[in-house]
Amino acid sequence: MDIRSQVSMVFHLDKCIGCHTCSIACKNIWTDRKGAEYMWWNNVETKPGTGYPTKWEDQEIYKGGWEKDANGIDLKGAGKKKGLRNIFHNPHMPEIGDYYEPFTYRYLDLIESPAGDDQPTARPISMITGKPMDIRMGPNWDDDWSGTPDYARKDPNMKDLSEAEQEAMFQLERMCFFYLPRICNHCLNPACVASCPSGALYKRGEDGVVLINQSVCRAWRMCVTACPYKKSYYNWHTGKSEKCILCYPRIEAGYAPACMHSCVGRIRYLGVLLYDADKIHQVASSDDASLVNNHMDIIQDPFDEKVIASAKANGIADSTIHAAQYSPTYKFIKTWGLALPLHPEFRTLPMLFYVPPMLPVMASVKDVDNTAQSEKMHDIAKYWPDNWLYDTSTEELWGTIEQARMPMKYLASLFSNGDEAMVIDRLKKLMAVRIHRRRVTVGDITDAKADKTLADVGLTAELADDIYYLTSLAKFDDRFVVPAAHREQAIEMLEFTGDVKGNTGFGFKDGSAERGS
Amino acid sequence: MNTLNTFMFVAFPYVAMITFVIGTAIRYRQTGFKVSSLSSQFLEGKKLFWGVMPFHIGLLIVLGGHLLAFLVPAAILAWNGQPVRLIILEVTAVTFGMSILVGLVGLLHRRLTNERIKAVTTRMDIAIELLLLAQVVLGCWVALGFRWGSSWFAADLSPYLWSLFKLSPETAAVFALPVVIKLHIFGAFLILFMVPFTRLVHIFVAPLHYISRPYQQVMWNWNKDRIRDPKTPWSPTRPKNN
Repeated sequence: MDIRSQVSMVFHLDKCIGCHTCSIACKNIWTDRKGAEYMWWNNVETKPGTGYPTKWEDQEIYKGGWEKDANGIDLKGAGKKKGLRNIFHNPHMPEIGDYYEPFTYRYLDLIESPAGDDQPTARPISMITGKPMDIRMGPNWDDDWSGTPDYARKDPNMKDLSEAEQEAMFQLERMCFFYLPRICNHCLNPACVASCPSGALYKRGEDGVVLINQSVCRAWRMCVTACPYKKSYYNWHTGKSEKCILCYPRIEAGYAPACMHSCVGRIRYLGVLLYDADKIHQVASSDDASLVNNHMDIIQDPFDEKVIASAKANGIADSTIHAAQYSPTYKFIKTWGLALPLHPEFRTLPMLFYVPPMLPVMASVKDVDNTAQSEKMHDIAKYWPDNWLYDTSTEELWGTIEQARMPMKYLASLFSNGDEAMVIDRLKKLMAVRIHRRRVTVGDITDAKADKTLADVGLTAELADDIYYLTSLAKFDDRFVVPAAHREQAIEMLEFTGDVKGNTGFGFKDGSAERGS
Repeated sequence: MNTLNTFMFVAFPYVAMITFVIGTAIRYRQTGFKVSSLSSQFLEGKKLFWGVMPFHIGLLIVLGGHLLAFLVPAAILAWNGQPVRLIILEVTAVTFGMSILVGLVGLLHRRLTNERIKAVTTRMDIAIELLLLAQVVLGCWVALGFRWGSSWFAADLSPYLWSLFKLSPETAAVFALPVVIKLHIFGAFLILFMVPFTRLVHIFVAPLHYISRPYQQVMWNWNKDRIRDPKTPWSPTRPKNN
């Protein structure tokens, strides 16, 4: 047992409204620079949709992640043999067109154009060449465009759905979509780290943040290929790759990362997980059926004494262990079993988890007779001859989940390596919490019925209330349990404290105080 | 004339080699951020393939051949003892020399015509590419016009190069060579001289250590074994990233 700590994230997709505030917060702080204009370390996609870069999930195109082979696992499109062979020209590397060519507008033309017969326009210009260009693509052009031939229908997750199932999704009255915010997953078995020929990428032992050393990166650009989430980006100006740094300067100072801090829907949770580093290879090499469960099992119980002892042996501070015990992400992932990893089949063991969306609302259309109601209305009132009702009550407890507009097969392709039962289990729990809260607040559901739904999914009223609290009411400090970074020790990362021992306050540090003669 | 010869084949080689060694070391140690292959595949990939592959593969083989003739001239001469083997060697060398030429012309064309690539092109990139082009043209000219290069390189030039390293230059053979060959030799030292100031530094960070490295890398900012040990209130050794 080799316990390490990992700062992990949970995104509650039921709450994401797709506002892109997270993306903007990140962009303003980190990627508003030459060469990085096209990078969105945090981006929000509409699902179904092709995402950014286009069809990033299709590893037959991009060759990202790991694949199982006779000896366990190997990188799909990079690694020692393939990486060095393709070092001069990488055939699986996405190019700028797969993301989008960054652009701005010549706004000054609006002001400085000489007087004339025509209204001046601000032409779009490329931020790479500075020349006028036709805009063909943006980072979120599939936003809300579910069902269009260019986006939703080309979603790689559709491949397992039958023609009929796909058609059903795109009928106007059944159309639905949800948002998928994505950042670097700070994986336990990062393909980017493994693929870097220079050894510029590494995972920090203390908090699991995956970083690229900018002074060691030599632009072999294998990480761009290897990351199946396409969250390692090549800066065309500096000739170095860059990626999400989980705002580590903020985390070290005790702040939540910018994307999380700014989240309007409060969908994001951040907390420490303790994991067993000895098991990484074994878990990543699991067979398809047990992969997701093993992935969850690598996360260890922070109250277990053996785990605590091993954590201490690795130098993990008491405060970090304490943070792990109060981690909101541990609750979502392990205690309640509500969250799932994104595309676990890439075998990088991502440490960012998603609570699957229950949207669209589980509801059915019922035949009703509205005549009596209509007769009561005044003559000038608009008369609707409808005889149906969009019924959101839950007479059948679980029947509606399988009938949800978003096919379970689709969600399973995103979150559970195709295992529909795993997604249904999560959704049933979310539903049970709603039924329980309806009993408490509205009171039109009997105790027997509410208790049965809770018992069916292995929850109790107390647990359901906890889930409700952390989902709906939780305050900032409940959602982000950032471990103390031990700033008192952080100085040791930068300089040798022995140099100034005994000198504090006397200005001898730089050796300038010389004894007079 | 003799002064020019002395400059080209005695003084300048030393200047070039010293600049190359010290300059590259300084650039690597002080501005690691600037040591990059500066790949432009992200901006344009298809044309790059047809330039970069023949260029690099040809260069590796031709440079390797020059290096062998310099290091083990006797072996090359022995190999060339039979005409068939000599011709195989020469044909290989010329083929890959042409491959460099084709690749380089393709790369230069791409660099001068593609708008996106122009945005990441410096004047030094053009300068070094023209210099390389001149060197390759001269090299092919030498190979075709002054045969059999592999033999006379091993017999005449290898001793000259070795004598430079022994600090007692023997220049008689070099001074007597035709101008084209002289320019090719001088070009080699000029390129060596330019290495620390150009993107060519990426040759020396070729990631060969990747072969023996474990895939995953974990880095601890503090010593995980000692940090909780009350007997070590401060680190007794300087941290690696200090």
